[in-house]
Amino acid sequence: MQKSPESQAPASAKSTGTEKSAALAFDINGKPYFHDGDKAMPLLWYLRDILRLTGTKYGCGIGACGACTVLIDGKAARACLTPMQAVAGLKITTIEGLAAEKLHPVQQAWIENDVAQCGYCQAGQIMAAVDLLARKSNPSDEDISGIANLCRCGTYPRIRSAILRAATLSRDVQS
Amino acid sequence: MTFSRRRFLQLGLTASGALLVGMRAGDALGAAPMPPELLGDDLVQLTAFVMIERDNRVVIGARGCEIGQGVITALPMLIAEELDVDWSKVRVIQLPYGYEETDGKPGNRYGDQFAGGSTSIPTAWKDLREAGAAARWLLVQAAADAWSVKAHDLQTQSGHVIHADGRKLSYGALARTAAARQLPDTPIPTRDPATFRIVGKPTRVVDARSIVTGQNRYGIDEYLSDALVAVMLRCPHLDGSLESVDDKDARRIPGVKDIITIDGPKTGEVFDGPLAAGIAVLAENTWAAIQGRNALKPVWKTGPWTEESSTALSAKANTLLDEARNGIEVRRDGDLAASRKRARHTVSARYEVPFLAHATMEPPGALIELRNDGALLIASLQNPDGASRLISKLTGLPRNTIEIRLPRSGGGFGRRLANDFVAEAVLIAKQAGKPVKLMWLREDDLTHDHYRPFGVHAMSAVLDRRNRVAGWSHDCAATSRTYRAAGMQDDPLWKGCLEPDDFPAGLVDNLEKTFHPVTSGMPRGWWRAPLHTFHAFAVQSFIDEIAFEVRRDAVELRLEMLGAAREIPYRGHGGPVFDTGRMANVLKLCAEKIRWKDKRDDGRGIGIACHFTFGGYTAHAFEVSMDGDKLRIHRAICVVDVGRVINPLGLEAQIMGGTIDGISTALNLQITVRDGQVQQKNFPDYRLLRMADAPNKVEVHVVESTIDPVGGGEMGIASVAPALANAIFATTTVRIRKLPLMPELLRLL
Repeated sequence: MQKSPESQAPASAKSTGTEKSAALAFDINGKPYFHDGDKAMPLLWYLRDILRLTGTKYGCGIGACGACTVLIDGKAARACLTPMQAVAGLKITTIEGLAAEKLHPVQQAWIENDVAQCGYCQAGQIMAAVDLLARKSNPSDEDISGIANLCRCGTYPRIRSAILRAATLSRDVQS
Repeated sequence: MTFSRRRFLQLGLTASGALLVGMRAGDALGAAPMPPELLGDDLVQLTAFVMIERDNRVVIGARGCEIGQGVITALPMLIAEELDVDWSKVRVIQLPYGYEETDGKPGNRYGDQFAGGSTSIPTAWKDLREAGAAARWLLVQAAADAWSVKAHDLQTQSGHVIHADGRKLSYGALARTAAARQLPDTPIPTRDPATFRIVGKPTRVVDARSIVTGQNRYGIDEYLSDALVAVMLRCPHLDGSLESVDDKDARRIPGVKDIITIDGPKTGEVFDGPLAAGIAVLAENTWAAIQGRNALKPVWKTGPWTEESSTALSAKANTLLDEARNGIEVRRDGDLAASRKRARHTVSARYEVPFLAHATMEPPGALIELRNDGALLIASLQNPDGASRLISKLTGLPRNTIEIRLPRSGGGFGRRLANDFVAEAVLIAKQAGKPVKLMWLREDDLTHDHYRPFGVHAMSAVLDRRNRVAGWSHDCAATSRTYRAAGMQDDPLWKGCLEPDDFPAGLVDNLEKTFHPVTSGMPRGWWRAPLHTFHAFAVQSFIDEIAFEVRRDAVELRLEMLGAAREIPYRGHGGPVFDTGRMANVLKLCAEKIRWKDKRDDGRGIGIACHFTFGGYTAHAFEVSMDGDKLRIHRAICVVDVGRVINPLGLEAQIMGGTIDGISTALNLQITVRDGQVQQKNFPDYRLLRMADAPNKVEVHVVESTIDPVGGGEMGIASVAPALANAIFATTTVRIRKLPLMPELLRLL
């Protein structure tokens, strides 16, 4: 007998159209969600264990490594340190929600520059880069150095070149 | 042809056991492909590694454990090359663990799936090319039958069999009849490497798109609907145990379902199960389990190591070296004592290297389901064979009923060569009677590892009248790697700390290497290029110290010691020979790239080092300066010779990454022990390099070669620490003899 790993979120976690009393309401990757469980649960475990959006990774649980970086209202945040009560009414973007019709320029640049080795930290790195480029469309070396996400494989030089490439791709899209 | 060989080359299992992680290799930017299991009759399983679609697209199975070293890309490249298909038509899937029994004897239908010792590429070079050639042979025979012509009149090109008269059949059209044929008993010839079209071309990671879109599933990302999440609290004392636990508060946490205790190892017994006694909190989700763990009130019993501390270990090691008695002989050449009497100079120095943790970004963990008739394990592994044996031992299940899937791993570095986390998951699942998803927290990972050994190296050199190295002694006092190590009980105690034939053995007439075991309760393991990172710092720093002492050029001294280009015997892993010419070549190239001869008058210093790791020849050079108490790395250069390069883009990544791992580790990383407990708990205590402190670029230079390839995962690291220490000396005149470098530098400055 063979068993397939569950790839779908349990039915209870699906977004519903009706708001329950005292439930927290928020938006993830463009869809409304309600959470009436533990309000102190970090967003990281809600994303992973409840929604099965596993692109956001656990690395340290104390906000030190950045593997769990997501965008909250467009700004990079550590999902492991963000309790669910803090996201009420906010818009969350995870790595799964970054690409729309096409890949985001940062994702595109990451592939072109062959950044990933083990790849585990890269979702967080990409979200941090998206945040940086939203603030600085033409980032300097120092701006890029401001990204403090850990990469154990040592891909930093390719992350740098990918961010610069993404900046170019983003400008091309706009012009 | 033996059954197992035929099975390896030809027969495969159905696609259903394979994990789909791949995507069209040459189309990494394109849309997601159709999973093979959805293709039905359109997909023909030609061999264990090759499936062919009717429209002539090809699915190639990747057998290795992908831990970031790039085997999921490089191994299928070898098969595609021999199969003679366009890489843009290839899609890669990750194969599961391929255990099978032939006449009751254990084997693996895919060959070697172990990820350690940088062996994946050299092993695949020997067997996966033939696997690709076998698939091609079947297709050519099928075409010969279809046309009633001789096979040797046929050629292949880009997924087609071609007759000299211009007739052409696609692999897709031939696959079904080809799959029904039998391979011959004789070896199937492989291509002349001069004709390679895929191997040797820069090739991106095949599953990059699923990584950057968050779709790739690592071990930690797998769930089973009825599995409980287990988070453990482990005994912090080496070889300690659980006296009692008050779990009332933990059981009250909503979502907590069960609390289970498991025993740790017994003092003195081999580490082949959990590393520590522990309490597992089983819950509906990770957060509930973590809260449950935090609410536990355990009473631990300390073990026999309460006196153990890093300070005491260092003192003990130095005492052993001072006494210099009862050292275990590792190698002895000539007459060192006599050479000392004739010495013009002697130079001596001691170097200390710390315990290291692996700190894989994805911590250890395992998802396991135990049934009466078998088991399923999904976990990030490096050693699935070991996991299979362990599960069988702990459950009594026959190995051929244990299914193991091999998702992409968030790093390995040697941590996953041990399967202690698999043992824990099995023991918990047995008691819980349910599938278990074991999650390790970072605190668990840093405090419960198989650490790279700690040790002190006492180096001494004898210089003759012309300031040539005439004698060399290397006495190492260290916590033996073999300590309670599964499979190493019969090995000499120095195994994993020293290599008898490492440089400069065989190059200095009078040479002694001895080993003094230092007692410690810390579990030990393989850590990326294990013994090489452990001792190259001492050897290659010391060469510079000798050169400085006798006013010689540090590069010229190394070249003089290497001598004429020749092969000398090397019995360790990476042998059977060490080629002094290849070593000298990478060193010279590295010196040229850093402009070794050019004096720096801008406060910057340069340092260089070289080392032979597992058959690969590496030299590093750094240009550094001090900016207050910060070290600035202006240039980082690595030159490697690993023989023929399979994937240049992947190799560059490994060497760049190895160099940065080397910098990170050399500058700041150490695990310390106090009162029999590991001190470092999380990243603030174990400060991996961040982007701001990493060089913007690592200049990687690869020697072109047609020599059979070795791997690349571990070649880029051993010479980093000494090259950095030598560069720091050049800019500060402070010689650092203890790793990690930065705390010691700031202490000495």
